[in-house]
Amino acid sequence: MKDLLAVVMLLGIYSLLSASLFVAMDAVDVAFTEAAVGAGISTLLMLVAITMTGRSEYPERHKPLLALAVVIVTGSLLIYGTLDMPYFGSAEAPIHQHVAPRYINDSMQEIGVPNIVTSVLASYRAFDTFGEVVVIFTAGIGVLALLLVARRSEEDEKADLFNYSMHEQHLILRIVTKMLIPFILLFAFYVQFHGDFGPGGGFQAGVIFASAIFLYVMLFGMTTARRVINQSFIQMIAATGVLLYGSVGVVSLLSGKEFFDYSALSSDPVAGQHLGILLIELGVGLTVASIMIIIFFNFASRRGNQ
Amino acid sequence: MLMGLYNYWVVIVLMMVGFYIVIAHGNLVKKIVGLSIFQTSVFIFYISMAMVDGGTAPILDEGIKQYSNPLPHVLILTAIVVGIATTALGLALIVRIKEAYGSIEEEEIQKKDNLDC
Repeated sequence: MKDLLAVVMLLGIYSLLSASLFVAMDAVDVAFTEAAVGAGISTLLMLVAITMTGRSEYPERHKPLLALAVVIVTGSLLIYGTLDMPYFGSAEAPIHQHVAPRYINDSMQEIGVPNIVTSVLASYRAFDTFGEVVVIFTAGIGVLALLLVARRSEEDEKADLFNYSMHEQHLILRIVTKMLIPFILLFAFYVQFHGDFGPGGGFQAGVIFASAIFLYVMLFGMTTARRVINQSFIQMIAATGVLLYGSVGVVSLLSGKEFFDYSALSSDPVAGQHLGILLIELGVGLTVASIMIIIFFNFASRRGNQ
Repeated sequence: MLMGLYNYWVVIVLMMVGFYIVIAHGNLVKKIVGLSIFQTSVFIFYISMAMVDGGTAPILDEGIKQYSNPLPHVLILTAIVVGIATTALGLALIVRIKEAYGSIEEEEIQKKDNLDC
């Protein structure tokens, strides 16, 4: 396909379909994340990117034969490799024999949280999740380093006029969406704090919160959004999230327990786990939401300056 | 008999589609799209391995005997959000390449690089 707009829209549909596939395979938390990230944010970022890079592909260079040969050989080797894999849905597969039974049988006594995904994410494997949050933070800094531009006021005015004319045309869209934004933000908080009991948690909540802000930017324009959301404040929040997460680990170290052992936080181990998970999910949510907002703002202002 | 392995084959087909896009196309945005498809195929691979017949989502409740494996869910959930952050970084690089070279086609970028030397 030569038109990149169609490619990006198809990718969004594909992401949404894969999210429904995850629901069918019982991975509700994953489906939630994929629906918010893949179908929402990643499609939007790619659209912003192709408005800057041009939406049609250069047709000349396309040598399918060699690539096709490489792909077919690799694919058949991989299929040969699957022949002694365990069957789909088999309960005897090696993956279900090692740590999974402990998570399923003991997490209620040890952590006291019904959603096993949350207890593994925020407690058993908290160090791993810390690494992921740092990667997201680093990627945000990278985008900031690559795309940050100083704003010029004349262009702001031009953009204002343009936005204004656009908003006159889409009055209904603007009013309906304006009413939706508070509910999306509220839903983000619900997902954040209900993650212990149902699908959800800091990652999903952060992404949903950020998407409400994106919606606001798309409707009211960058200039208005910049007045509402202070960029250096958002950058500080992103760093605070990572710091909050890391501090919980350091506090448990200082009280003589292992890194991210939440029983250090309270005299009752299960209450300590609850507090630790709450703080860590909050750190994740803050970082993810603010990094997504930083990424989107920088893409959008780069576009405005071109 | 071998039909029980179809989940892996679906994953491999998707993975190879992504791989093909990455190596056969010169357009950098398309390469990112290819990488995204490749990435999703790995997600489906993990989640399909976590699935247990007759199991349910790993949220503890009374009267449920069989849960699917929560560990791959955790790994993939974080990987999706990390994936979008790294994709954004890739797109930022593409935007800068476009500004510096005036093109996002691999071949034209190489041509301009060769002219410079």
